[in-house]
Amino acid sequence: MDEEKMVTLQPILETSRLRKTFGGVMAIFDLNFTVMSGQIKAIIGPNGAGKTTLFNMITGVLPPTGGTIQFKGSQINGEKPHRIAQKGISRTFQTVELFGNMTVLENVMVGRHIRSGMGLIRSGLRLPGVKREERFILESAHEKLEMVGLTPKADEPASGLPLGEKKLLEVARALATDPQLILLDEPAAGLNETEMLRMAEIIRRIRESGMTVLLVEHHMDLVMNISDEVVVLNYGQKVTEGTPEEVKRDEKVIDAYLGVEIEYA
Amino acid sequence: MGKENIRTLFILMICLGIFPFFVRSDYYLSIMIFIAINAIIVMGLSLLMGYAGQISLGHAAFFGIGAYCSGVLTVKFGFSIFAAFFCGIFLSTIMAMAIAIPTLKLKGHYLAVATLGFGEIIYIIFNQLLEITGGPSGLSGIPSIHFWGYSFKGGVRYFYLVWAIAILLLIFSLNIIHSRIGRALRAVHGSEIAAEAMGVNVSRFKIQVFVLSAIYASIAGTLYAHFVTFISPSTFSLFVSILLLMMVVIGGGGSIWGALLGAGILTILPESLRAFREFDILVYGVILMTILLFMPEGIFKGLTLSVTWMRKKW
Repeated sequence: MDEEKMVTLQPILETSRLRKTFGGVMAIFDLNFTVMSGQIKAIIGPNGAGKTTLFNMITGVLPPTGGTIQFKGSQINGEKPHRIAQKGISRTFQTVELFGNMTVLENVMVGRHIRSGMGLIRSGLRLPGVKREERFILESAHEKLEMVGLTPKADEPASGLPLGEKKLLEVARALATDPQLILLDEPAAGLNETEMLRMAEIIRRIRESGMTVLLVEHHMDLVMNISDEVVVLNYGQKVTEGTPEEVKRDEKVIDAYLGVEIEYA
Repeated sequence: MGKENIRTLFILMICLGIFPFFVRSDYYLSIMIFIAINAIIVMGLSLLMGYAGQISLGHAAFFGIGAYCSGVLTVKFGFSIFAAFFCGIFLSTIMAMAIAIPTLKLKGHYLAVATLGFGEIIYIIFNQLLEITGGPSGLSGIPSIHFWGYSFKGGVRYFYLVWAIAILLLIFSLNIIHSRIGRALRAVHGSEIAAEAMGVNVSRFKIQVFVLSAIYASIAGTLYAHFVTFISPSTFSLFVSILLLMMVVIGGGGSIWGALLGAGILTILPESLRAFREFDILVYGVILMTILLFMPEGIFKGLTLSVTWMRKKW
């Protein structure tokens, strides 16, 4: 990372003493970490370290047991998922969650939902404005599809895509909400070598267009390659945090994670 | 709305427009009127089931609220037909919200259970409020529709009126399906968690669609009451709610055209099975089972698939 950029960075997401327990199990324990605006930040850790739980708390799917989450300086914990999406956080899912009953294009169009506002009655009566808004939605959806290279598949049913393209479609759909922060939950899981390179390229381009990226990933090559900073979690706690080089050298990481068992799940 | 839909709509309107010129029998006209009335309810249910993924076991009750509001208010309280019609819509909306707001905030099929109970309560009210509803023996003398000195008493006129309203509601439904609301609803059906993450306020849309479907049923109720001019509680029982659900399933949940088809088939079928006398219910059951066995996604989808299959074959 170049020095100049460092100076202008501002925190976009901050957690403080964040905690989640399921019965007696501590999924996340007093976690403090910060994502700077414009960064690509990765969270790594063995399975069960609490990474997806953390994502679910940030996006409002799970309420935290304790602590706070701040997005752009205001507290968002306890808010409903759709409210958090409106505030500018979007995500993809580890287990692909596409709208299988819709076409590829329509999936991305749903992403434009919060950036459009025609209600039930106005849509039903097709009052003036509906058509114009519909055209904006369509244009923007095509643009996002173009960005991930799925334009040729626009009219195919989403359920028929191979896994790699499903993952790309999830990214396009998340981008369609015009987020400031995008959370990618294992974007490269199940991808082959070429698809992974393509995904890495897309993630870089997302950052270049001004968004902040927070990702969970098991593929160390990808993580070390594209991330500005890496957080290592184990048993719901932060083991260490730093640039990829620092993390790779950290003995605690080697003990807790890399040295013991490297997962390519 | 899509070119395909506009073309189908156009064909449907022409067919309906010329129907009374070829069929003069009051019997067939009244069957067509009942198809339109059922189709209005089933379109609403299809939006609810096929697009929002929720089941209602109490739509006969909303149908009944519309019918009884129109009947009771015009006969006993001297309301105008228009005023009674809007009272029915208003009451259905309030009731639907009262059911939907607590139950649709929960995940799962709580709406089905709540509407089942609601349907029974309304059914009992229709039966027990003797002075107002006339109880089990029903309410008669409901005026036929007339406005600005024009009466819709005759079969042909009522046929045009009912189908004009049905077509307007059909266009309204198609517009919704092909809008951001329709996409949001289908998204909820596809993956609720992802729809939420895209900013779709899932429970709000479910509530809106449920209320809309209740309004459709209430409109149908008014049209029914003023056509038959006599209403009794048995027309609005649980059995009718289930029959309406069957129309959605037989036609095919994911399509508004399927709803029309389902309403048509299940309205005509019992009439055309009269030839089987006491075995009619048996034949009816066999036909329904055959349709569901061979076209599990409904007749509309089934026919579309067989047409494409035949085109490939020849």
